[in-house]
Amino acid sequence: MALLEIQDLHASVEGHEILKGLNLTLNAGEVHSIMGPNGSGKSTLAAVLARRETYEVTRGRVLFNGKDLLEMKPEDAACEGVFLAFQYPVEIPGIGNAYFVRSAMNAIRKFHGQDELDAMDFLPLYKERMRILEMDEKLVNRSVNEGFSGGEKKRNEILQMAMLEPKLAILDETDSGLDIDALRIVAKGVNAMRSPDRAFLVITHYQRLLDYITPDFVHVLVDGKIVRSGGPELALELEDKGYGPEADVPQALPA
Amino acid sequence: MSTTANNTGNENAMATTTEKLGTYLEAYSELIANRQERDPVWLRQLREDAWQRFYAKGFPTTHDEDWRFTNLAALDRTPFQRAVKGSVTVSAEQIEKCRVPGAGCRLVFVNGHLAANLSELSNLPKGLEICSLLGAIDCGMIGAAPEDCASDGIEQNLGRYANVRRDVFSALNTALWEDGAYLRIRRGAVIDQPVHLLYVSAGAGAEIMTHPRTLILAEPTSHISVIEDYVSIGDEAAFSNAVTELVAGQDAVVSHFLVERENLAAFNVSTLRLELARGANVSSHSILLGGGLVRNNVHPVLAGEGAECLINGLFVGAGRQHLDNYMLVEHAQPQCSSRQFYNGILDDRARGVFHGRIVVHKDAQKTDAKQTNRNLLLSDDARIDTKPQLEIYADDVKCTHGATIGQIEEEQLFYLRTRGIEETSARNLLLYAFAAECLDRMNDSPAREFVASLIGDRLTDLALNHQVAPSAAAVKEETQSWEEVG
Repeated sequence: MALLEIQDLHASVEGHEILKGLNLTLNAGEVHSIMGPNGSGKSTLAAVLARRETYEVTRGRVLFNGKDLLEMKPEDAACEGVFLAFQYPVEIPGIGNAYFVRSAMNAIRKFHGQDELDAMDFLPLYKERMRILEMDEKLVNRSVNEGFSGGEKKRNEILQMAMLEPKLAILDETDSGLDIDALRIVAKGVNAMRSPDRAFLVITHYQRLLDYITPDFVHVLVDGKIVRSGGPELALELEDKGYGPEADVPQALPA
Repeated sequence: MSTTANNTGNENAMATTTEKLGTYLEAYSELIANRQERDPVWLRQLREDAWQRFYAKGFPTTHDEDWRFTNLAALDRTPFQRAVKGSVTVSAEQIEKCRVPGAGCRLVFVNGHLAANLSELSNLPKGLEICSLLGAIDCGMIGAAPEDCASDGIEQNLGRYANVRRDVFSALNTALWEDGAYLRIRRGAVIDQPVHLLYVSAGAGAEIMTHPRTLILAEPTSHISVIEDYVSIGDEAAFSNAVTELVAGQDAVVSHFLVERENLAAFNVSTLRLELARGANVSSHSILLGGGLVRNNVHPVLAGEGAECLINGLFVGAGRQHLDNYMLVEHAQPQCSSRQFYNGILDDRARGVFHGRIVVHKDAQKTDAKQTNRNLLLSDDARIDTKPQLEIYADDVKCTHGATIGQIEEEQLFYLRTRGIEETSARNLLLYAFAAECLDRMNDSPAREFVASLIGDRLTDLALNHQVAPSAAAVKEETQSWEEVG
């Protein structure tokens, strides 16, 4: 059984159809990359999979581990093993980083009938993973993302992913705004998490990230549909030649 | 309707006032008769002057600038009765539920009268004198047991700071107080454990009024933390009109906590008057969680050079609660600093008021005064009126003020939920994060832990409230509105 099976997915935001019949299948252990021009629906796909309520699914179905993902609330999807690394991580003043991640881990553990972790069990693990991502230990008790640099925010997303150990990790333009050092560190964090039980959906605008995270499959998303799929070599070709004739057609996008 | 601004002439206005204030007049006459023998002359005079002030003015209306956002019509027309001592018994178990873990000693007042059997005064730390104010006065009159309740600070201080001319509630309290706490912290004494003053309203079928009076004298270089706590037993309406005078001597360090957790039918007006001597450091923390109509007056006067005052507060309202905070911060001497931080969370049709007035007198050069009021509105019908007011008569001062009004951000809620935290918990976390700003400004102490747990419980209710079935919401609609009854 595939880990994620998307069939004929149509989704709209405020009455505008963004996804127009998207099909995609991911198996555990695979890394898929979705590339495409701005406005093609990449982030919409990520938001729908993370169950953002402002996106309306009008047709199609999504099975995650055989369960209907579109029936799930965001927290249920997370507990089932879906993780979204945000393109723009949200600042939450007043909630400490470590406290937040521990609350999240415990919510997920509770969902699976496991005992909660106390601070003593949690903290060493958290700090160790921070070191892998070369994050300053001072960030442990700082409010979530508040006053973080762009790079720190993205690393913090990967840190959360490393702690929550999802089955499916969706990286929504995690590379945007990162300098090459930060990109390398983020990629190291992702690569350390690659495993036969886990799949990645790496959404990016640029080929650059894929120099560090080598995908098994690359898909080209244009105007709400996947128009091409191939191996890692497709990313290089895209870098060279652009997204092809479909993407160059001026589109009737919402103003 | 109104007791002032009446154009039918003085005589008629007076008649209206008299009729309306009948139950207060009755209470005053009874009290005077009861205390005739025992109140010293100065106290009788104090009561009489205050009574005349109150009786001449009556309750303010919304025409009064200081009461613009708070309609007292419901209070005005309710015939509150004074409670006879011992008419209601409260059990030790009921009081146990209100206990503050880690508090040192405790004075309990039921409907304004000392409940000695429920109080806890054993093992008093050295340097702390604590007893009932009435007890201290009665002992003073008969010259008994001075070390238990030395009354010698009372005459000099009681009524000296609360302003009966300006404020009719202070006047009413000064005329009608029957008991309250008296604390004196001796020079240099450091009292580690907080003192718990528990004021209980316990309905006896009637609408009870109480006028608790607290006097706290912190002598130079002493340290103390006091929790003034208002609770209800039962769900009857009651009116608590409290006045606390807290005098902090030179370099004294005092924390005062006001906790309002009465039932939703309660009227609570509390006035905290702080007097700060040179170098004194006083923190006032007001935590308003309960009460139907609440007015929280905090009035510090920085009367000695280099004094520092923190005025910190959190008000959380739902249903039809009306929570009004009136701050008057007076800088009278140079080099003083004051910090006001009030956070409000309002749900349903609750209404909040923050009136932050700062007066910098002409001698108060190098004043550093700051005021911040932040509000979170959880429903479209909730409302906050926030009003800064700066009056500056000195020329070398730093005064800032700011206010914000916002909502829970859906973006933050979604972010938390994508990490597996279910919606109610996520909402609760965000509320708590906002409220915790107020906790962050308290020193680590049993008092802080106590209010943190009360706040946590209240916010959990609020977060759950957003998932209640429509029937439960409909019930709430029927409860009284303080605005509409006007």
